[in-house]
Amino acid sequence: MNRKLLSYPYIIWIIGFTIIPLIFIFIKAMTNADGGFTTENILAIFDPVHRKALISSVELAFIATVICILLAYPLALLLRDSNVSNQKLMLFILILPMWMNFILRILALQMLISNNGIINFILTHLGFDPVQMINTKGAIVFGMVYDYLPYMILPVLNAITAIPEDYIEASKDLGGGRWQTFKKIILPLSLPGVGSGIAMVFVPSMTEFVIANILGGGKILLLGNVIEQEFITSMNWNLGSGLSLTLMIFIVITTLLLGDKDSNDRGFAP
Amino acid sequence: MIKHLRRLYIGLILIFLYAPIAVLIVLSFNASKSRVVWGGFTLDWYKSLFTNEIIISAFGTTVLLALLSAFIATVIGLLGALGINHMRRRQTQIMMFFTNIPLVNADIVTGIALMLWFIRFLPLGFISVLLAHITFNIPYVILCILPKLKQVDTSQYEAARDLGANAKTAFFKIVFPSILPGILSGFFMAVTLSMDDFVITYFTKGAGVNTLSTMIYGEIRKGIKPEMYALSTVMFFVILLLLLAVNFLPSRKKTAK
Repeated sequence: MNRKLLSYPYIIWIIGFTIIPLIFIFIKAMTNADGGFTTENILAIFDPVHRKALISSVELAFIATVICILLAYPLALLLRDSNVSNQKLMLFILILPMWMNFILRILALQMLISNNGIINFILTHLGFDPVQMINTKGAIVFGMVYDYLPYMILPVLNAITAIPEDYIEASKDLGGGRWQTFKKIILPLSLPGVGSGIAMVFVPSMTEFVIANILGGGKILLLGNVIEQEFITSMNWNLGSGLSLTLMIFIVITTLLLGDKDSNDRGFAP
Repeated sequence: MIKHLRRLYIGLILIFLYAPIAVLIVLSFNASKSRVVWGGFTLDWYKSLFTNEIIISAFGTTVLLALLSAFIATVIGLLGALGINHMRRRQTQIMMFFTNIPLVNADIVTGIALMLWFIRFLPLGFISVLLAHITFNIPYVILCILPKLKQVDTSQYEAARDLGANAKTAFFKIVFPSILPGILSGFFMAVTLSMDDFVITYFTKGAGVNTLSTMIYGEIRKGIKPEMYALSTVMFFVILLLLLAVNFLPSRKKTAK
């Protein structure tokens, strides 16, 4: 029996539920409400409202990604130094929050940072003035960092702990100081991990609409919010599809720039 | 000094990650319905949880959806991975390209694309959500199984065949046990992803069906029912115990020796 036959159900699934849906979104994006051909929905991204939403999406996703790297990288370095059984426990503790429902966690963040929320409650009791945190761009970035930080920690930690101790010993033997060892050995060898971390934080942040709805109070529109509104409230599916297609092009560009070919070091595969 | 700084840094990150979870757990015991005021300790929400039909039905849908979609995705993904493992380089590359599409693509685009296609032949409901969940689960299953398949020692399989085992016996005696950890982690990852998904479910579910995520999202403006905090606290601790058992209990094999 030809063993390739085994993958036929999967090939049929790919055609039926990956390729055909993409063709549908493409057709929807290239037509108007009457079914005639148009490029309007694609060019709609240059409309000032949409352009602003796209810029906000890229800006907030970029800031969130940078903060995730700045938080995760030192953590991974610290964890590399701790002993092995400890490391397994730490990893477990870091991943555990991801099992609590995503929307509930974001709602809990909202309770923490809202105007009459827990942080402001503590601040006013300590005699400080309350701080406006909710419904700002900062709040959305905070939510993105909170939700996606584990996705940065995992691949970075995988890459850093995979560096053989011998390399570091060798560098020390050859007279390299701590900084030189870091710059010449650890940093270059950990960059692929950072790369997959960026892909796993930047793409979902850029396409986010739930965090922006809950923590941005609907005041800050990201491209994801615009697309959601076109589908759920405005019911202009052609425009929504056109903007989705634009979003997809941005994702493809990002992934190509990062050269994320090796999906195995996404930190997921066991 | 450096050691203290290190502990402080790790501690701060943990506080950041766990503060919202602590808030949810505390609220599940809060007698006041307010989100900020502490009205005393109560277990009422845990009791009324079991009589809240909306929450119980959404919970049932979520679990059924997760188990069913993970099971089907694991079967299709396992067969797919076995096939891909025997393909020539070029064919493998093509298969991996398509496998990566749902992984790399934004959930919102995947959800919308599936919805636009489903409405052509299917009323949106449980089945459409199930099909969508299987679609985004299969790639993770394949990525869990393929590396294990690559590690399988083919000479053992051939030895089994030489010694008279038919292809089926040789597969189940040699290949299957060595890829089983990959199959299981693929299945559990699929369950987790399905239970946590909001965006793709939101766009493919239609009006009648709700998972926990879409139900909570719909209730944000009205205010979340405190029973929801109780349910999520219970789920959190059940998962905590399960994970602790899987990760840290010594496996039976080792203790038997």
